Amino acid sequence: MLNPQLNKNGELQHLLTIEGLPKAIITNILDTASSFVSIGDREVKKVPLMRGKSVFNLFFENSTRTRTTFEIASKRLSADVINLNISASSASKGESLLDTIDNLAAMHADMFVVRHSQSGAPYLIAKHLIDTKQSHVHVVNAGDGRHAHPTQGLLDMYTIRHYKKDFTNLRVAIVGDILHSRVARSDIHGLTTLGVPEVRAIGPRTLLPNGLEQMGVRVFHNMEEGLKDVDVIIMLRLQNERMSGALLPSAQEFFKSYGLTPERLALAKPDAIVMHPGPMNRGVEIDSAVADGSQAVILPQVTFGIAVRMAVMSIVAGN
Amino acid sequence: MSTTNPSLPLDAEALYARLAQQVKAGLQGVEQVAIVGIHSGGAWLAERLAKELQLNDRLGFIDVSFYRDDFAEKGLRPDVKPSQIGFDVEGAAIVLVDDVLYTGRTTRAAINELFDYGRPARILLAALVDRGGRELPIAADFLAETIVLADDQSLQLQRADDGRFSLTVVHA
Repeated sequence: MLNPQLNKNGELQHLLTIEGLPKAIITNILDTASSFVSIGDREVKKVPLMRGKSVFNLFFENSTRTRTTFEIASKRLSADVINLNISASSASKGESLLDTIDNLAAMHADMFVVRHSQSGAPYLIAKHLIDTKQSHVHVVNAGDGRHAHPTQGLLDMYTIRHYKKDFTNLRVAIVGDILHSRVARSDIHGLTTLGVPEVRAIGPRTLLPNGLEQMGVRVFHNMEEGLKDVDVIIMLRLQNERMSGALLPSAQEFFKSYGLTPERLALAKPDAIVMHPGPMNRGVEIDSAVADGSQAVILPQVTFGIAVRMAVMSIVAGN
Repeated sequence: MSTTNPSLPLDAEALYARLAQQVKAGLQGVEQVAIVGIHSGGAWLAERLAKELQLNDRLGFIDVSFYRDDFAEKGLRPDVKPSQIGFDVEGAAIVLVDDVLYTGRTTRAAINELFDYGRPARILLAALVDRGGRELPIAADFLAETIVLADDQSLQLQRADDGRFSLTVVHA
């Protein structure tokens, strides 16, 4: 399959998914992000890298955290950022996705940050830009359907590297609604590419997709067994809005079996970190005592997310 | 790799000693002095200068990758290092240290970056070697040597395990 993420020199020109990305590119993004972290502490929290560039945030689906951190990242790179709430504009008037893109490209867009409920929408946009010889416009996937959320995956990798230094001796558990989770997919691809020897998926049968074993993941249906001796726990949000039919009896029932409580956390290694991509449902997938506890790194994830997005945007903008 | 310039080979250790002497003399009576080295050669020189001048708590490093003017042509360099400025730039007299002074574009980028940390009282430029070829109105305040190099040649500072410096001419 065509990999439109990379240009003919093998450099990253769009970021659509972590799947198939060479380890060297992932590592380069994480290294570059670490240079951007300290900029947040300065008097002037901006660098002039993308001065004069126009970044369009195209959010066809709601998001607060991701859109805001992309906006901050763009501004810290000195780009001009334009937020489009598409659900309230052209799309509702019947304009097709690619017509919207062509119109924005005609306004001299340099980058599209795309969030879409349909898997593959950012890929479609990137391919269209390449086919219509507009390759100077870059696409960054900010989450598409159940497919991928590469910048979240990368910021999770950054967070793990920050606290654990080395990937090659870790056990990482991803817990909860993996079926609907693009974050879980991006995390799994990132973790396996970076050499994590044991990735676990924990959840009820109804919320685990087929084919996890083929991705090199160990599957657990019992939370207690799955958490034993892990170094990193990635909790996922129960995505009620994406659920059709009766996949679960109730949120209370889910918490009873798969909620991360202090007792369950004690089964992991004593220095295990707890991550969550947000937004959290307290009392559904995570107990407040854990979410606010000393092992939680959920807020640092958000801060690192800005630096990681700055790294991704500045790398693709330069290629 | 070969050395063709008549003034070569350059004794980097002797040049460093000369530069350190100039900096020491030039900073007599100057207050709030700080040393900032530009990655990577300038950072090594700055480290040694700071030790000699007992300014280790006023030592910083700068990587100008985020301030370069050739980003549009060349993209982001893959080996970016974090800039580290641990002292208060506001009101400081900063000695900016680079190994080789050439077009002046790196110096320009470093000055811009320093101002994003605060407003220094002054910035002084120290360089081991000026190889000519300036494209901006920039000159060193402290300089150990001036040489002429062809456009396809570059001068590289190396630091051995024992900390000793050496300079080599590299053909592009």
